[in-house]
Amino acid sequence: MTETASLTTSDGKPLKAALAASLATRRKKALLLVAPLLLFVLVTFIVPIGQMLFQSVHNDGFSSTAPTLQAWFKDHPEGSDIDESAYAALAADLKQMKADRTAGVAGTRINYDISGTQSLFTSTARKADTMKPPYKDAILATSDKWGDPNVWRAMRDASSPYTIDFFLNAVDMTRASDGHIVAVPSDQAVYKKLFWRTIVMSAEITVLCLLLGFPIAFLLANIPMRHAMLLMILVLLPFWTSLLVRTTSWMVLLQQQGVINDLLVWLGIIDNGHRLEMMYNETGTIIAMTHILLPFTILPLYSVMKTIPPSYVRAARSLGATSWTAFRRVYLPQTLPGLGAGGLLVFILAMGYYITPALVGGADGQMISNMIAFHMQKSLNWSLAAALSTILLVIVMIFFWIYDRIVGIDKMKLG
Amino acid sequence: MALPVYASPLERTWHYSYLTICALIFLFLMAPILIVIPLSFNAQPYFTFTTEMLHFDPNGYSLRWYDQLITFGMQHPEAPRDWSFWMDFWENATWMQVAKNSVIIGISATVLATVLGTIAALGLTRPEMPYRKQITAVLISPMIVPIIISATGMFFFYSWVRLPMLSFDGGVHIEFARLAGSYAGIILAHAALGIPFVIITVTATLSGFDQSLVRAAASLGANPRTAFFRVVMPLIMPGVVSGALFAFVTSFDEVVAVLFIAGHDQQTIPRQMWNGIREQISPAILAVATILVAVSILLLATVELLRRRSERLRGVTPS
Amino acid sequence: MKKLILTTALTCCMGAAAQADVVVMSWGGSYGKAQTEAYVKPFAEKFGIKTTMIDADNPATPIKAQVEAGNVSVDIASLEYADAVRMCDEGLLEPIDASKLAPAPDGTPATEDFLPGALTDCGVSTDIWANVYAYDSTKFPGEKPTTIADFFDTKKFPGKRGVNKRPKAVLEIALMADGVPAADVYKVLATPEGLDRAFKKLDTIKKDIVWWEAGAQAPQLLADGEVVMTTAYNGRIFNAVADEHKPFVIVWDGQVYENEMFAIPKGAPHAEDAMKFLTYSTSTEGLRRSAQWISYGPARKSALKEDLLFHDGKTEMLPNLPTYPGNMKNALETSMEFWVDHQTELSERFNAWLAAN
Repeated sequence: MTETASLTTSDGKPLKAALAASLATRRKKALLLVAPLLLFVLVTFIVPIGQMLFQSVHNDGFSSTAPTLQAWFKDHPEGSDIDESAYAALAADLKQMKADRTAGVAGTRINYDISGTQSLFTSTARKADTMKPPYKDAILATSDKWGDPNVWRAMRDASSPYTIDFFLNAVDMTRASDGHIVAVPSDQAVYKKLFWRTIVMSAEITVLCLLLGFPIAFLLANIPMRHAMLLMILVLLPFWTSLLVRTTSWMVLLQQQGVINDLLVWLGIIDNGHRLEMMYNETGTIIAMTHILLPFTILPLYSVMKTIPPSYVRAARSLGATSWTAFRRVYLPQTLPGLGAGGLLVFILAMGYYITPALVGGADGQMISNMIAFHMQKSLNWSLAAALSTILLVIVMIFFWIYDRIVGIDKMKLG
Repeated sequence: MALPVYASPLERTWHYSYLTICALIFLFLMAPILIVIPLSFNAQPYFTFTTEMLHFDPNGYSLRWYDQLITFGMQHPEAPRDWSFWMDFWENATWMQVAKNSVIIGISATVLATVLGTIAALGLTRPEMPYRKQITAVLISPMIVPIIISATGMFFFYSWVRLPMLSFDGGVHIEFARLAGSYAGIILAHAALGIPFVIITVTATLSGFDQSLVRAAASLGANPRTAFFRVVMPLIMPGVVSGALFAFVTSFDEVVAVLFIAGHDQQTIPRQMWNGIREQISPAILAVATILVAVSILLLATVELLRRRSERLRGVTPS
Repeated sequence: MKKLILTTALTCCMGAAAQADVVVMSWGGSYGKAQTEAYVKPFAEKFGIKTTMIDADNPATPIKAQVEAGNVSVDIASLEYADAVRMCDEGLLEPIDASKLAPAPDGTPATEDFLPGALTDCGVSTDIWANVYAYDSTKFPGEKPTTIADFFDTKKFPGKRGVNKRPKAVLEIALMADGVPAADVYKVLATPEGLDRAFKKLDTIKKDIVWWEAGAQAPQLLADGEVVMTTAYNGRIFNAVADEHKPFVIVWDGQVYENEMFAIPKGAPHAEDAMKFLTYSTSTEGLRRSAQWISYGPARKSALKEDLLFHDGKTEMLPNLPTYPGNMKNALETSMEFWVDHQTELSERFNAWLAAN
């Protein structure tokens, strides 16, 4: 309490406390209103994603199927001699794997570190029942790969369910046989390039969207409202049309026997034998995605441009500026908030695109989302998919944070 | 944008080339949507205009792809078109089944997202709301997080969570079932994906809402409940409805979450289209596309009408 | 408001009616249709069990994902031979007791009636199919492609090629096109040099390849004119010709054939009905019915005793099967052992190769 006499309410409580109490109640009420939704989003959305991303550092495929080896690694620190006791532990685990049919699971986990070892596990496990001591000779007789210190290094790493190896893989790194982290051979490096391509393609799409969106927004903002409303429908209709419909349309337009190629052949611009390849490559992805994301730049640009008083440009002109200078020095700077909002939103959305690249992308129009889907659905390397997802999410969140800084998430508008 | 009379020839040229550029961009925006409409009436199984079509020869056009949409998956597609034919269509036709699923899932997800989202928006726009920015960021995140990450995350979680559900396996009984492969799972997922749109539109409407109206209602003796339902609701209703429409469209158009979470019983229109586009891209897909374009025109018209109504109600006249 | 939330929650759960039907997962397109007509429809009619067919690019991967995520919704899956063996090893499939399968009409037990290798621990063969390549005859008015080497010869036969986006049967044909005799393909492929050789051969046409993933895409790419020739599952091309009269021609030289297996995923929700379905489908009549819808060879001796006609009632099936002697001149049987052991690493190598420019 301060030294001066404090004000009180009619029932004698200090006013400050009463106000604070009332504010607290109102804060609680506001929170209570938000709570159900927050809880809903947390449970149905945030927790599932968190659980999935956790798989990027957690994989118990080997540690849960090879308990004997796990114990051996615990007792024998790194650098210990791989002796008969180690092979005996391996043999015991392989026998158990054969009985439980888990050799494939264990092999898959080690195979993520050292390509070509999955079959080592499955084929050795198939013969595990007949193995007799000394196990070292018996196991090495099935395949000399078992003598490779790198395999033992990988098994030691995998005997703990926690690992950062999948993050290493996701940035084209691996562990050498001495455990040091090294870059993978350049012919196997995929992901860094793909991340970079995703960023570059998203940037290209963003620039295209801004270039195409700017004149349209400018037109809409500077013609009578009645006409603007009508033309706005031309912008909003694509916005409301199904993504799949728009992607299908582009496939129809872009394919070699499609409408655009037919038109160009008919006009004599290209000859029938040399139809343009606009689909199943990067071009197709960029064209279709630019079309799909264009409304996201037009709408924020339009709402910013509408607030720019035309008198500023007129003033600049009257002071002797050419129309180009007036535009560049006076008008353009005022549209920056719109350019920022539209550009960042398009960039963020483009980074995570999956459907359109999957359908029209072909081999070189794929984005990182497609690689995540590939590891989720085809190769079933879920930990790697989770690691790639984490990196993608971090990149997207950085841009989301920038968006919040520049535009403010509460300023986001639709239509 | 009228050209001033004193415009120089250069400015004139620039002005008209600018208008041409705009026209071309509008063409770029609209052409892909409009092109599917005539092509869906193609008599040939091609995705391009045949010479008959270009000469407006009636033989170049047909309804065969629409017919294929109707009969695909039916038990007796050749039967005469009487009552039992249409019963068969309603019960068995593939596109009918996926359309039903799309509507069931879309409406349920929309109701869930709209109710929860509107209540939350009321809280978020209160001036005393603590942690507003952080909470908004969380609630908007389903729109920002790449869909492939959301869908795979939900796939694992929903495969793992078991909930008591009513089942109609012979008699009605309760059994613990996975969320993945159930209507509940896909509805929850779509509701989560639709929430950002509800939050954005409703908070936008509420931020333009004059809080003194509530105080006025209170001073006239209305309790908070009455004030809410009689004063606030009618005014924010257009925002709520357009938020709901956004949420519905999000669900109606969503395919990735369906790919990962839905079972074979919950296939939706976009999921079926995805199949069609990837495998046998027949003009029947264009017929579906045409129908969907019609639906989107309808939705757009509704939203526009609502927006104008809302502006009128709030006393904002189009400038 | 609360009431509304409750009602919504209730409608959610009410919708979740349990599925009482057998779900079969297969490869879609004309093969899926053949299996629907030959197995699914008659089975549903005879036993009164609702049976649903769903499509996948390759059922092996979704099945593995389902079992590992603990979310199995499929009762029967149509798997390639190596996958059926590998997944059985990994404990992803239910073992099948072959003595319970239907005997041949003359009473021969199933274990003797099935062709050698057609029964494994967890799988029962339904048919023998082949990876072949086919071309659009209208695109080559003069000389036609006849050998597997012609597929890689873009000078003599210019135009885009459709190729299945996976290493299996792609590496093999690359080697055969490079002059490796069918009998030596897997010996060469097992060496690092042989593998490099296969990829080097693929490099020669890499820029001309349009990749496909679902079996139905191959005939579609040909029909759309996106490619002039494509690798394909032979039945898809046969059906495009027989049903839709497309001008496609199959080149049998360098075909790679194997068994297709029905298997039951571990934890299938209706395992009992699934076994019933499997027994019914792999009976002599079942397999014969399937061969009337698509040109894949039945895996039972008894099914091949009488002549087979396509469902149009006139096309002879035997000359169109991969196992017809005339088609077997330079044919290779997929090595199950090789692919069981090398699937994972070769897929990785293949994807890295795809991603590298």
